Amino acid sequence: MSQKFILNVNGKAHTVDADPDMPLLYALRNDLGLNNPHFGCGVAQCGACAVHLDGRPINSCVTPLSAVGNAKITTLAGLGTPEKPHPLQTAYIEEQVPQCGYCINGWIMTAAAFLRDNKKPSEAEIKEALSGVKCRCGTHISILKAVKRAAAMMG
Amino acid sequence: MTKFENKASFTRRSVLLGGGALVVSVGAAVSLDTVLSIQQAGAQGAKPPLTPDQLSSYIAVNADGSVSAFFGKMDMGHGLRVAIAQMVAEELDVPFKAVKVFMGDTATSVNQGGASGSTGIHFGGKQMRMAAAEARRVLIEMAAAKLDAAAANMIVVNGVVSDAFNRDKTTSYAELIGGKYFNVQLDWNKKLGNELYAPGKAQPKKPSEYKIVGQPIKREDVAPKVFCQEDFCTDIKVPGMVHGRMIRPAVAGAVPVKVDEASIKDIPGAQVVWDKGFLGVVADKEWDAIKAAQKLRVEWSQVVPPFPNQASLYDHIRKAPVRKSEVEQQNGNVEEVFKTAARVIEAEYEWPFQSHSSMGPACALVEIKDGEVTCWSGTQKSHFVQQGLALTLNVPLDKVRVIWAMGPGSYGRNDADDCAMDAAVLAKAVAKPVRLQYTREQGTGWDPKGPASTHKARAALDVAGKVIAYEFSSKAFSRVDVNTNGGHPWDTLAGHTMGVALKSGDGFGVPAESYAFDNKKLSWETIPPLLDRSSPLRSAHLRDPVGPQIHFASESFIDEVAAAVGADPIEFRLRYIKEPRDVAVIKAAAEKAQWDARPSPRRDQSAGKVSGRGIAYAQRNGTRVAIIAEVDIDRSTGKIWARKFTVAHDCGQIINPDGLVKCIEGNIVQGVSRTLCEEVTFDNKMVTSIDWKTYPILDITETPAQVNVVLINHPELPPTGAGEPSIRPVAAAIANAIFDATGVRIRRVPFSPDRVKQALS
Repeated sequence: MSQKFILNVNGKAHTVDADPDMPLLYALRNDLGLNNPHFGCGVAQCGACAVHLDGRPINSCVTPLSAVGNAKITTLAGLGTPEKPHPLQTAYIEEQVPQCGYCINGWIMTAAAFLRDNKKPSEAEIKEALSGVKCRCGTHISILKAVKRAAAMMG
Repeated sequence: MTKFENKASFTRRSVLLGGGALVVSVGAAVSLDTVLSIQQAGAQGAKPPLTPDQLSSYIAVNADGSVSAFFGKMDMGHGLRVAIAQMVAEELDVPFKAVKVFMGDTATSVNQGGASGSTGIHFGGKQMRMAAAEARRVLIEMAAAKLDAAAANMIVVNGVVSDAFNRDKTTSYAELIGGKYFNVQLDWNKKLGNELYAPGKAQPKKPSEYKIVGQPIKREDVAPKVFCQEDFCTDIKVPGMVHGRMIRPAVAGAVPVKVDEASIKDIPGAQVVWDKGFLGVVADKEWDAIKAAQKLRVEWSQVVPPFPNQASLYDHIRKAPVRKSEVEQQNGNVEEVFKTAARVIEAEYEWPFQSHSSMGPACALVEIKDGEVTCWSGTQKSHFVQQGLALTLNVPLDKVRVIWAMGPGSYGRNDADDCAMDAAVLAKAVAKPVRLQYTREQGTGWDPKGPASTHKARAALDVAGKVIAYEFSSKAFSRVDVNTNGGHPWDTLAGHTMGVALKSGDGFGVPAESYAFDNKKLSWETIPPLLDRSSPLRSAHLRDPVGPQIHFASESFIDEVAAAVGADPIEFRLRYIKEPRDVAVIKAAAEKAQWDARPSPRRDQSAGKVSGRGIAYAQRNGTRVAIIAEVDIDRSTGKIWARKFTVAHDCGQIINPDGLVKCIEGNIVQGVSRTLCEEVTFDNKMVTSIDWKTYPILDITETPAQVNVVLINHPELPPTGAGEPSIRPVAAAIANAIFDATGVRIRRVPFSPDRVKQALS
């Protein structure tokens, strides 16, 4: 049975009428019409659907609406804008990271939380923090350069 | 957000065009407002037809002087869009930013073959360059006539045409033709697809005149992607759209015999679409479609499990009947010379089925309205999908429009074309627009696979250790059980499930190199597919189709021969390679990597952690690449870290060096993944590698620390491809480095920790 949920997304409240078991991803994409995050696997293995829940990166493809509560949801679009970009977005453009670009949410949302909590991380620490996030085009080398660049900007 | 809410939203493109009207053939005067109107103009006879022999099919000058380039290929993420704009801007003498490239829309471009075989620049760019050059020639003639000056005296700067001897005589592209169509016939070779070529009378510029080609111009699609402003095909929505999901059998080849529609009656709007083996569901909401696909009770036909056990895959290939064989290269008399050999070296190599495993499973949206079909797809081949949809839906070709939008990654014939056909069948059945996205399990489990293969190589040596004969042969599943595109029902799951049998084509390949052995024979044999339709192990093109497997074997083997005669692997190769550009890439890689000339394996192989270096090289349709891999091996775990790569790359004329380097880096990382991690698993019923756990790819913790690229530029030569050549030698370079480090030769991919550990023990 569907229920009413109030979702706090990128600083705005939205009411969604949906099945409590429905993963947050579908509410964001279809009910709220956000074109990010993406469906990648549906089983929390890739990161394409990553958003922040109270600043913590989660896979929205397996997070039911019933588990979201009052948490503040931030999507990639809420992380920064062309006018006020997040350092990772700036670094991604500088390093020309993406190829197809479908994986971006996983890397940037995961790295954003990591860099916020870890100043001046080593390369090994960055890799460890990003382990498990997938990119099929093989842009890992540029991803790493961009995260290091952003780390320097945020340091 | 939904930028494609209705057809009127195509005015978005007119915004991109700077508000300029794209109008009418030279001479006839009809005004049009949008790119979309090209179709209408065509219908009114106001525009030359969208055919390959018309300049207007490739290039248009807008009222504001900006240029639209209509490209029948598309950029799958390597920055091709930038490179094409550079080539067009260069020939036309307009600023790079004045050119917008519209890609892969069947309503605005002719069939240039789609993304295919690293030909985006090689063939696609060549055509766009010639079209732009012809446009410039025509514009100069028009300017000369208008200014009453000699065409030979005209100069063009940023789209402004002047008489070099009287600068007061000046006009512009915008004034000459802005907002009107060219009505200029090209000399079309009557071919479609990659081979399409339609030059005009103009000669393109000399490379010494280039100002824009060769510059490291950045991609314009990166910022929109990181700020979520660009739609993927997954993001497109139209009014009244419903969501679809497909249902596949648990045993390959089974078809539904009973479908209990009552089992999903509680799901709002859920509807079953069942036609023979085709089974899907739709619902108004995506989550409801997902639930309906999961809940629908289906009884499947009992079929004999069609596959061999995976452990016997390579035995199956070796024992299978040969369906077709071909000797692609032969010189001398290999058989006779082997009889005289002082020594014979032989080896056999094996490569598994591999999956595209794109970042997301395929998605397509199909709308059928008033007899007209519109499909948004991430396909690499929109013009072929147009044909496939026309055949699948039994409608005329001109009633189908396919609009390419960036898909979730694409490396060949992945699941995109199947998805477009399935979506069309659903849309027709429910008479509503259907957005279909596959599941991860379907994306990885049911995509067309890169074929599994075996490869035999042997070399005859004389007493001095000279190679006097060489033979290389592959026996494998065909590279094209289904074609490179969904252009026919027999090439799609929709066709198969509704009763059309596979028409497996024959083809494989041979090593592409220039070893000048006096007696040499390169050949292949193909075997029948495992299942005649709806097979999750049907083969098709996966990035550099059959290249990685063939060159893993051939370049590993060359290394084996070098080791057998105690030669340094590079010095040995250079004894036989005479092609100067091949020699140059090998020497460039060796110099950059500071190659230490000595035979492999190295002397100190006994430590727990050892390192080695290996080289491999290959050609690909005019491009040549040499790769040196430096790897670390942990004997206790069998874990390999392909730590450093040095790549020397020669693809003729370089259009954009930065884009090229990124493209090569991606090739290397994906190549490492395919070498170390990737293997489709299956039991006798079904593919069992269905997600990222069961089909793992390279993790960032395993990524090479360095990929050093040496670009060899030949501005005087035509550009060839870069999308795939550098993935080709990766596996052999790693295998050769492992041998160098350990003295152990691993002849089966992937080099998983278990396999490496076992090989080293």
